[in-house]
Amino acid sequence: MALPPLDSPQWHSSFRAFFWGVRSVGSTILALVLFATYLGIGALAHDTHFSLAWTLASTVFVWAGPAQIILVSTLGSGATILQSAIAVSVSAIRLFPMVVSVLPMMRTPKTKRRHLILVAHLTAVTLWVECHRFLPQVPRERRIAFIQGLGCGLVFLSVVANTIGYLLAANLSQLFAAAILMLTPLAFLFSTARNCRELADGVALALGLALYPLATLLDSGLDILVSGVVAGTIAYGVHRVRAKAIA
Amino acid sequence: MSTFIGDWHALVVLFVAGVIPNQIWRMLGLWFGGGLDEGSELLVWVRAVATAILAGVIAQIVVQPPGALASVPALLRYGAVAAGFAAFMLSRKSIFAGVAIGEVILVGGRWWLG
Repeated sequence: MALPPLDSPQWHSSFRAFFWGVRSVGSTILALVLFATYLGIGALAHDTHFSLAWTLASTVFVWAGPAQIILVSTLGSGATILQSAIAVSVSAIRLFPMVVSVLPMMRTPKTKRRHLILVAHLTAVTLWVECHRFLPQVPRERRIAFIQGLGCGLVFLSVVANTIGYLLAANLSQLFAAAILMLTPLAFLFSTARNCRELADGVALALGLALYPLATLLDSGLDILVSGVVAGTIAYGVHRVRAKAIA
Repeated sequence: MSTFIGDWHALVVLFVAGVIPNQIWRMLGLWFGGGLDEGSELLVWVRAVATAILAGVIAQIVVQPPGALASVPALLRYGAVAAGFAAFMLSRKSIFAGVAIGEVILVGGRWWLG
């Protein structure tokens, strides 16, 4: 699907721009990845004994796949609220630079901060990537409406996927329920691997996978935090050593 | 309806442990953003730790699987991830190829084992 040209009358109303944003959900391959991910999260939440309303509320109000998986799997494996909150909080720090880098793309001199609250909430990795792809084709004064439409469309898609995944996990044979649960680690592994732009990110991913089984041997209840901080810090050290070697 | 909502305590936990720790960073980005360099050293470390935490969660689901996934033998789960990763690399980093091959190996292997 092609967006109308920048000077088209289609862009005269914010409402239309919102609608074009919603329609653009259909032209992004990442929507498919998102669908698979949220299908998996729905199944995961079902098998970890959360209610469907809880699952949908987490999608609408958290709106960050990794944070939701961390929340479901830590709470489901008996972590305390504080331990889960810390793990979610660390995973969510990456949203900070994303919001910081996305907002200038749609700000105009007349934009008030409150106009950007919904966009900030909708910002997550999928929207962040798509902003860079779509926004050059959208007139600046309509970008907020367009992104609100795109973001709301993606949330809606995810809520549908969540519900399907949840109900499938409840009613399918064990084989297919297992297949849906497997979507989550696969989709996250490959989308994270694709987003690794720097050496530190790649090392962190590989070491994080390798160190988690070792961290479980400590049986501290904080396994994911321990392996994450250790692996991430080693990866950062590798990045520093290499930066020095180049300089 | 009550099975749809579940217990209210869980919804409170969702907000305290999930929504607030997550939204804080977006709202900080909204209020204090602009002055921060995306390539700063602190952010490189933060991103590395966040990536490693996510990797830990991926490993947890595969190593200590929830629910129905536990019915699949461990070696088959690891094999499915490895095959998916090989497909991902061979297809010039196609997420779809990686997920599809991983799933085919998982389902096919489980079916073949009976």
